[in-house]
Amino acid sequence: MRIDKDLVAASATPLVLGILSDGDLYGYAILKRVSELSGGGMQWTDGMLYPLLHRLERLGYVSSSWGTSEAGRRRKHYAITPAGRDALAERQQQWTVVAEALRQVWRTQGSPAPMEGWA
Amino acid sequence: MMEQHAELEAQIDRWRGYVQRSQAISPADVDELEDHLREQIADRQATGLDDDEAFLVAIKRLGNLDAVSREFAREHSERLWKQLVLVPEASDGDTPPWRELAVVLALAVGAGVAVKAGFALFGDSTALTRNLGLLIFPFLAGYFVWKRRLTSQVAAMLLIPFAALAVVLNAYPFASGGSTEVLAALHAPVILWLLAGVAYVGGRWTSDKRRMDFVRFTGELAIYYTLIALGGAVLIALTLATLQVVGVDFEPVLEDWILPFAVPGALVVATWLVEAKQQVVENIAPVLTRIFTPLTVAMLLVLLAVIATAGGFVDIDRNLLILMDAILVLVLCLLLYSISARDSLAPPGLFDALQLVLVVAALAVDAAMLTAMLTRIAEFGSSPNKIAALGLNLLLLVHLLRAAWLAVGFLRGRRSFASLERWQTRYLPVYGVWAAVVVVIFPPVFGFL
Repeated sequence: MRIDKDLVAASATPLVLGILSDGDLYGYAILKRVSELSGGGMQWTDGMLYPLLHRLERLGYVSSSWGTSEAGRRRKHYAITPAGRDALAERQQQWTVVAEALRQVWRTQGSPAPMEGWA
Repeated sequence: MMEQHAELEAQIDRWRGYVQRSQAISPADVDELEDHLREQIADRQATGLDDDEAFLVAIKRLGNLDAVSREFAREHSERLWKQLVLVPEASDGDTPPWRELAVVLALAVGAGVAVKAGFALFGDSTALTRNLGLLIFPFLAGYFVWKRRLTSQVAAMLLIPFAALAVVLNAYPFASGGSTEVLAALHAPVILWLLAGVAYVGGRWTSDKRRMDFVRFTGELAIYYTLIALGGAVLIALTLATLQVVGVDFEPVLEDWILPFAVPGALVVATWLVEAKQQVVENIAPVLTRIFTPLTVAMLLVLLAVIATAGGFVDIDRNLLILMDAILVLVLCLLLYSISARDSLAPPGLFDALQLVLVVAALAVDAAMLTAMLTRIAEFGSSPNKIAALGLNLLLLVHLLRAAWLAVGFLRGRRSFASLERWQTRYLPVYGVWAAVVVVIFPPVFGFL
């Protein structure tokens, strides 16, 4: 199942911050994790991840450092900051409210709720 | 198998070159994207795709480059501004990055030392005014000799007229403060500037294109020099005011040391800035000419009205004539500059018509000036000043007439813009010849008065 573009864009920031809260990663690994978590449903345009990461860095939510890959290439690693964790907690609350509201709407309509991995 | 990987490397290289062209994506970002691309390719290869397929999939997943670079630009809009890299990163290897800066600073200081030595040698006399250009020119030309790696042949082409001019300006027995001396001092910089042009174009002064480059360079230099001068003036004024409050007299230092070094030094630095920025920053010329052409037309029309209502030409003040000459020269510079800034392949438009109006207005002013001058000469007889002004006005008249004629042809679609350009660049040396006549022939003819 493909997820709508707007929904992908809206969830991008909490997803990236959430993934980084499990540990430092570089760009490609973040995208791979997104793909795993969504069962391949969330397809990002790979190139768009980097402007997003740079924006999060400017906002102070993540910090970056240059390292080296196994193959010896320059590689930029990103880590979440305390401010990033605060922002993530806030986003989490917002998404919980949205998900809860949606769940109730689905329930009153009597249809099975296909909600997984969103709250 | 190796060959296949070599092909992949070449593809990645081409992609890198393509991405680097986007201003919003910095070299570090390109590294980051390349790392991503290579990881993606490696993963695709692991699933059994060959190099080509893996590359294509990875590129496709990276997304439309225009959209991605727009996204980068949104996040890093400052990068679209900060493009002027004065000290390039040492990637080419052949010249150390700081060398050019060192050469420029040395030449700037050298020009200051030369002017300071001139002060010591000539004092505050008119001899200094005569020689000021000669003192600064070697350092400006020196920069181009170094930058363009000029041959000794071209260097000789610069050196011989320079030496001849130096001899004429200093060996002639000018009457102190006489008008031939003032005229020579005024016209010598014109010759020197055209010589600097020969250095600028690397000796290929017969090429119309190169001459146009020099016109462009001159305009941009004027803008940069003005900006530097404005900044410097603000700094000096603040320092002066502060020190005055404290009770320190700053003026002697300012007059004896700061100005003699800053004024010529800024010229060398501005030259370097124009050279350094020409590839990376959009010229400001097109914008400025579009602002100032209509304004100048309005100014000329007002002047014409003033002259017409002022009554007889004989009564026109001598100072007014000199001012008008200055205005006409300025108009010509504006015209040249706007022609140099125009895309020569674009079809005629409103702005070209406006430019024609400017030329016609300038022609009318010039004609009025010529009439006034001729009546003055008939009334009071000739003098070096009057003949020099008359000559300049005649040159301007020919220049403007032909420019107007060609502009009409261009607007009617009969001629290409290139013919208009060619006329401008081919006429330039005429001014140099006239300046040489005023400097070299006028003084003996008028008895050095």
